[in-house]
Amino acid sequence: MTSPDADAVSTGLRDDAANAAARGLGSGFMVICQVALGITLLLLWQGASGRLVDNFFISNPLDVGTRLIGWIADGSLFLHMWATIYATLMGFMVGSIGGLILGIWLGVSPFTSRLLNPYLNALNALPKVALAPLFVLWFGLGIESKIALAAVLVLFLVFLNTYAGVREVDQDLIDSARLMKATRAQVIAKVIVPSAMSWVFAGLKISVPYALIGAVLGEMIAANRGLGYLVQFSGSQFDSAGVFAVLIVIALLAVALNFLVEIVQHRMERWRIVGR
Amino acid sequence: MIDLRHVSKTFRKKDELVDAVRDISLTIAQKEIVAVIGPSGCGKSTLLNMIAGLYTPSSGSIAYKGAQVSDVNTDVGYMTQKDNLLPWRTVRDNIAFPLELAGVAKSERADRADQVIKHVGLDGFAHRYPHELSGGMRKRACLARMLLYGAETALLDEPFAALDAQLKLAMHDLLLKLAAETGQTVVLVTHDLMEAVTLADRVVVCTRRPAMVALEQRIALKRPRDVLNVRFTNAFKELYDTLWERLRVEYHEERV
Repeated sequence: MTSPDADAVSTGLRDDAANAAARGLGSGFMVICQVALGITLLLLWQGASGRLVDNFFISNPLDVGTRLIGWIADGSLFLHMWATIYATLMGFMVGSIGGLILGIWLGVSPFTSRLLNPYLNALNALPKVALAPLFVLWFGLGIESKIALAAVLVLFLVFLNTYAGVREVDQDLIDSARLMKATRAQVIAKVIVPSAMSWVFAGLKISVPYALIGAVLGEMIAANRGLGYLVQFSGSQFDSAGVFAVLIVIALLAVALNFLVEIVQHRMERWRIVGR
Repeated sequence: MIDLRHVSKTFRKKDELVDAVRDISLTIAQKEIVAVIGPSGCGKSTLLNMIAGLYTPSSGSIAYKGAQVSDVNTDVGYMTQKDNLLPWRTVRDNIAFPLELAGVAKSERADRADQVIKHVGLDGFAHRYPHELSGGMRKRACLARMLLYGAETALLDEPFAALDAQLKLAMHDLLLKLAAETGQTVVLVTHDLMEAVTLADRVVVCTRRPAMVALEQRIALKRPRDVLNVRFTNAFKELYDTLWERLRVEYHEERV
């Protein structure tokens, strides 16, 4: 048993090494090209602003950089970033727990799911952003209303995936557990939930960017901190350099979140294989 | 022990009614080993599903120990044709699943699971996942799980179909030994006549779909049986020929 495994590992390593060597040259070259393109675009931007297009509309890289450095120096950028990150993560957590519970509950109770079906469809079709004023009324101008908006976006995505996962569970597995005297709670905990896990993870993965969208949107509508507030505020001050600066920060944050998801997904790979 | 009275089962498939089982009456005594044999797809599995309480008969009734079977029958261990192992659990955790459900402590679970794992020859695979095993190994894991569950009745749906000849003999031997030891009642569905005669106290021949009882034959071979050599005795040969004569009619009609 050990020899084929060992073989697989060693060929895998060799392949990886060969590929890395081949890609090493190519990817090094590509990185140089990518950086060169970035610098060219920045130079074009710098050159165009004030000459081709009014500086008022597109600002310029130097001003944007100055604005960023200024915000970093006085620490305000971190305050706003933290507010957004906190609202995103909390919204994600609250939303996914809610979505999980709702998905499992409705997945195992056909009567309730059919009863609630039209209402859930209506709620799901509703653009969740339109709920923002309501959340401001309920939770105030603070971070809670942003968490609520992020959570509601996440909740429906996680709910729909979990529900689909629970409905997909092999009835034969459930029957065989019931024949072995499994109680209803045991069937849910030991058969249905593990079996739906790969679906749940898919739902969690796609909902991470939506948590960020919810948090930023919430801050744009009514807040006194957060990146959404900062971009809104800069815009209202006709500070295009500030708007661009915040956009860059939000983009970096989104990339970082996606990277985090990739790492977590890599660790969860076992579930994806086993869940099939 | 198990009492089937005029049991019929009709399925609806897209506005079309399919008769799977028609008017089967059968009584199975405690500690009896009954083999049900018939052409594939004739409704034998449906019969087991009804005894397990997973299907309700369209007409007729099934009683288990005098009580009507109306819900899932937890007194039976059911080894289905498809291996219903949980794909996210290792072989050992799958086999110990019934004990886990019953709330047995973890170390005892592992010990008892390892014992049956040895019985079915899966030692060394306890930490593998079902998708890493061959079809025959998965079947043996299912058998081990059913043995560990220790139900008073075992329903087996073509349990040894995927095994090679040697392993099949070893499993036959194991089944007979354990059944004798624990006094289990066994209902075995198969399309292997050799297997049916080797194992059973009684063989029930089913017609092609819809399944009806074509012939019941007592197998009065003495126990304990030597699963390898019993087939070379004259008594075995006579029984085999009688059953085959009847079974051939079914296969013949099916082909026509």
